[in-house]
Amino acid sequence: MYELERVEGDNRGDVRLYAISTCVWCRRTKKLLEDLGVGYSYVFVDLLDRDPRSEVEAEVMKWNPRCSFPTMVIDNKRCIVGFQEEEIREALTYGG
Amino acid sequence: MVDNIRVTSEKVEGLYRKLDRDARNAGYNLNPDTAFTRELVEGLLVNEKRYGYWACPCRVAEGDIEKDRDIVCPCDYRDPDLAEFGSCFCALYVDDEIKNGNKKARSIPERRPDRETREHASKEKEEAITRPQEAGSFKPRLPVWRCTVCGYLAAREEPPLVCPICKAKKDRFERFL
Repeated sequence: MYELERVEGDNRGDVRLYAISTCVWCRRTKKLLEDLGVGYSYVFVDLLDRDPRSEVEAEVMKWNPRCSFPTMVIDNKRCIVGFQEEEIREALTYGG
Repeated sequence: MVDNIRVTSEKVEGLYRKLDRDARNAGYNLNPDTAFTRELVEGLLVNEKRYGYWACPCRVAEGDIEKDRDIVCPCDYRDPDLAEFGSCFCALYVDDEIKNGNKKARSIPERRPDRETREHASKEKEEAITRPQEAGSFKPRLPVWRCTVCGYLAAREEPPLVCPICKAKKDRFERFL
């Protein structure tokens, strides 16, 4: 099992971010969410031990078969791969 | 996994300068957004401490060099990504257009195949190398490109953007094999 870290903010649904701690695009994505004031949960996959990491990777692969990061999943419906600033803004500013 | 690995700003600066010099000498460019680039260099140093090698800061490393070799920076995907998107996956390396400020670096799709495909490909490669070849049927596994300026040969899908030896541009390469 692994735990998601919670960042408080406006409720725009269930926003989950799978990220890597050393990845600059992941950091830009986190910063964008914070600038937008959106509440979200995240996990740094590279900081997990082997088993929880495999668990996260299996989850990410359902949405993004290449298993690349950042991967953002909104309300278990929509997935945004990479730091796609416009797409993220659009999805989280106007309620998707 | 241990978190909170810190590296000093002197170390970051030192590696940044070295990578910048090496890139220029081989016809590549680091991202001109120096704050962005320094963060990636810091990531390389963190991964050096974690794994003992410069695993890509934007990918998850296994911690086993045999499995991570393709993502040791500069990764196997840098040059095809530079040719197609103008930057590598992290945007540590960029093409002239981005370097000169005519285009912005952006987050690009992952080129690295998934784990299953990688394992399959490495088995196939081994078989292809050990398979006996008939006389006169030699076919290289990759195209070989020749720099018409200095004769440098490169076996890869596409020629480099710039010849690492004499700095001639990509259009000066011809198909050799």
